[in-house]
Amino acid sequence: MDTQNLIVINGNEFTFTPGETILQVARRNSIPIPTLCHLKKANPTGQCRICVVEVEGARSLVASCAAPAGPNMVVRTETPAVVEARRLVLQLMLSSGNHNCAARVSDDNEWSRFQLEVNRYDKTDALCPVWGDCELQHLAYQYQVSAERFPKTEVPYEMEDVNPFIVRDFSRCIKCGRCVQACNDVQVNNAISFGYRGTDTKIVAAEDKALKDSDCVFCGECVQVCPVGALVEKNARYDVRPWECEKVRTTCSYCGVGCQLWLHVKEGKVVKVSGVEDVAPNYGSLCVKGRFGFDFIHSPERLTDPLIKENGKFRKATWDEALNLVARKLGDIKEKNGGDSIGVLTSARVSNEENYIANKFTRAVLKTNNIDHCARL
Amino acid sequence: MTNTIGDMEKADVILITGSNTTENHPVISTYIKRAVKFKGAKLIVVDPRRIKIAGFARHWLRSNLGSDVAWINGMMHVIIKENLYDKEFVNARTEGFEQLKAMVEKFTPEYVEEITGIPAQKLTEAARMYAQAKAASIVYCMGITQHISGTDNVKSLANLAMLCGNLGIEGGGVNPLRGQNNVQGACDMGGLPNVFTGYQSVNNADAVKKMEAAWGVSGLSDKPGLKVTEMLPMAHTGEMKALYIIGENPLVSDPDLNHAKKSIEHLDFLVVQDIFLTETAQLADVVLPSACFAEKEGTFSNTERRVQRVRKAVDAPGQAMDDWRITCEIAKRMGYAMDYADAEAIMKEIASVTPSYAGITYERIDYEGIHWPCPAADHPGTPILHTAQFPIGKGKFHAIDYIPPAESTDKEYPMYLTTGRVLYHYHTKTMTGKTEGLNERSPGSFVEISFKDATAYGLRDGDTVEIASRRGTITSAVKVSGMAVSGTVFIPFHFIEGAANMLTNAALDPVSGIPEYKVCAVRLAKAA
Repeated sequence: MDTQNLIVINGNEFTFTPGETILQVARRNSIPIPTLCHLKKANPTGQCRICVVEVEGARSLVASCAAPAGPNMVVRTETPAVVEARRLVLQLMLSSGNHNCAARVSDDNEWSRFQLEVNRYDKTDALCPVWGDCELQHLAYQYQVSAERFPKTEVPYEMEDVNPFIVRDFSRCIKCGRCVQACNDVQVNNAISFGYRGTDTKIVAAEDKALKDSDCVFCGECVQVCPVGALVEKNARYDVRPWECEKVRTTCSYCGVGCQLWLHVKEGKVVKVSGVEDVAPNYGSLCVKGRFGFDFIHSPERLTDPLIKENGKFRKATWDEALNLVARKLGDIKEKNGGDSIGVLTSARVSNEENYIANKFTRAVLKTNNIDHCARL
Repeated sequence: MTNTIGDMEKADVILITGSNTTENHPVISTYIKRAVKFKGAKLIVVDPRRIKIAGFARHWLRSNLGSDVAWINGMMHVIIKENLYDKEFVNARTEGFEQLKAMVEKFTPEYVEEITGIPAQKLTEAARMYAQAKAASIVYCMGITQHISGTDNVKSLANLAMLCGNLGIEGGGVNPLRGQNNVQGACDMGGLPNVFTGYQSVNNADAVKKMEAAWGVSGLSDKPGLKVTEMLPMAHTGEMKALYIIGENPLVSDPDLNHAKKSIEHLDFLVVQDIFLTETAQLADVVLPSACFAEKEGTFSNTERRVQRVRKAVDAPGQAMDDWRITCEIAKRMGYAMDYADAEAIMKEIASVTPSYAGITYERIDYEGIHWPCPAADHPGTPILHTAQFPIGKGKFHAIDYIPPAESTDKEYPMYLTTGRVLYHYHTKTMTGKTEGLNERSPGSFVEISFKDATAYGLRDGDTVEIASRRGTITSAVKVSGMAVSGTVFIPFHFIEGAANMLTNAALDPVSGIPEYKVCAVRLAKAA
């Protein structure tokens, strides 16, 4: 083993490849280090400082997301100094804006009880839409941090919900910058950036326009990466809590990229779509159609019954009626005019298995090769 | 695609042509934009519209509609003349170079400029850039194929890639972006008139014998069948009596819609199987309700030949059934049993008769899909094609001359029209049209026109305008846009109100049967 590329984390030796960060080595070896601003697909910014660790010989705590692992480096991820620093980061975040996940008015001892009580207020505007699914809330709980230490500061920016897909609630934003990186470094739509420096910092689209009037193309990458409740899907806000949903993984049915999706299912309905991280071809990214264009699944216009046309009008039929009619008609035409007088258009929309069956039916049953689909159109 | 989507970030040069990538394949466009922004890749865009991705390009070459063979030949002219081609690759892996060289001889940058409108100097610079890259990827879409010269265009791009040794290497390739979720799979699965699954030819006696044995039938036809663009005219003449249409809506997507509708009305019997009562379904004698992607198990094959799982999340509405179950029920009632326990059982049969899918099982693709060809259970799949040789041995250069589009402008129809899609809608809008937000972002048909043309016609943004071609007339809303180049307008084909395909030309590519959606002549007039 190459001793040049050894690092010690919490007393255990690990190998690393040059260029790997401390965080990457730790995560690869299942050592938890919390992160907020860190976005796997982009370069680290070191913005939030929640991922700090102690490195022997270093003068101050080191942001593990940005610091490269070095030979014989000795790292500790959960020392009293580290914990204190993380608590301070969390206290500052919780005191800025509206983080009513029960952390802000309680002290450490009441935390669990308060969370349980607050559950009763679910479904109200007062409670954060991502309650129970928030990385900040999770860390506040883990590190038992309240917001009492610093006076609460108000966020002067109004909530924006004038577009059909994304609600931007600036009062819940922790300015971690993940959305900015998602937009500029992952999707490269370059629609949003940091604006108004200092305590007035706000994530702005163009010159602080509404998203709908900016270069935003509503891919929703920013929503997917937001660790808090600042960016939420409009159609799922308050209505969809993760513990009410089952997630089913599948492949998007729009274009040929084949993005991997999670369909979030609540009470037998698809209520939200998100991208599957860490797997090709999309690694979590989606477009506006894949992420928001799923209403057709439960549209009242869906066909629910076989239909037979009589005197120019459709009437509902049973499967037996409809299938027998189709089989008889196709059979008659085949007998009278030959299989080549029948054509089948299979579909670039249905599955491989279904196309195979259409291909087999056309050739083996109708005895013709008249099968095509709209790849040409 | 010969290469993978992820591979694009490894290219030194990317050449996009006939693909409005940010709107039609947004997630693939992210790979290209990242390659340019962070990996130092140089982008060349050749497109008649100033599309968004052109903003990331070193060179945007504005080509006249339907002039692709000319500019590609022009690039090869420069590359051969300046000795920039990959001699080793050309000698070892290809044949027909001398004929190609003779053909492109006359395509000097100046001659190409006359045909394409691309300045000679810019063409030369782009040709050098492509040829000098270590690995260069060509990305194309329907802007290349939907022409009477579509097959020629594709072959020409393959010529260019072979000439510079850009096949079989990481970051290279000729990469068509497939527009629909499973258009690759539909082709792979024998959804074509001339081939069984895995492109086994219907006039290959061995393939016919194999299928007859596997299916337990005799007398399979060895005569290639009709393409969709041939079926409708034969319906019109009465030779085609019945159509069974699964999940397709040719009444919005076909060229020259007036004619398509008349043809379908001529049929003795029409069955349409779909999730909605589409424009086409409304003409049917019998409509069969099917399950959508969220309601069934199965697989799709994406544009990079990756076979991926589809899983059931919710129940289908009412009595709607999986498409395969419906087809099997019809087969049974026609006296041929097609019994499968589930979709996985069908995949097992597919693997048994399809060499390129032989190693695909649901278990293997449970977490991440596999690229075909995957000929055996222990084969890892094939992300990059043609690394050692081409399926036919040596790659063949095709010497191709330029032919103009089927229709050109004249006094009566002085403007060119090209068609395509927008970000917020998909194909005939049967799915995206059900999401209010998408309709809000893109509410209806529009005609994209340059500032100069708008001024000349006295049109302003939002005006209603009448557009007529030799086949039909529609009205649409004016959208003055920097994407349009004077002399050419663009209309998206999604909308039944203001349907672009009332205007388009049904002239077909003689080989592929693809209509020339991308070029026709029109005239504009402000609606009264």
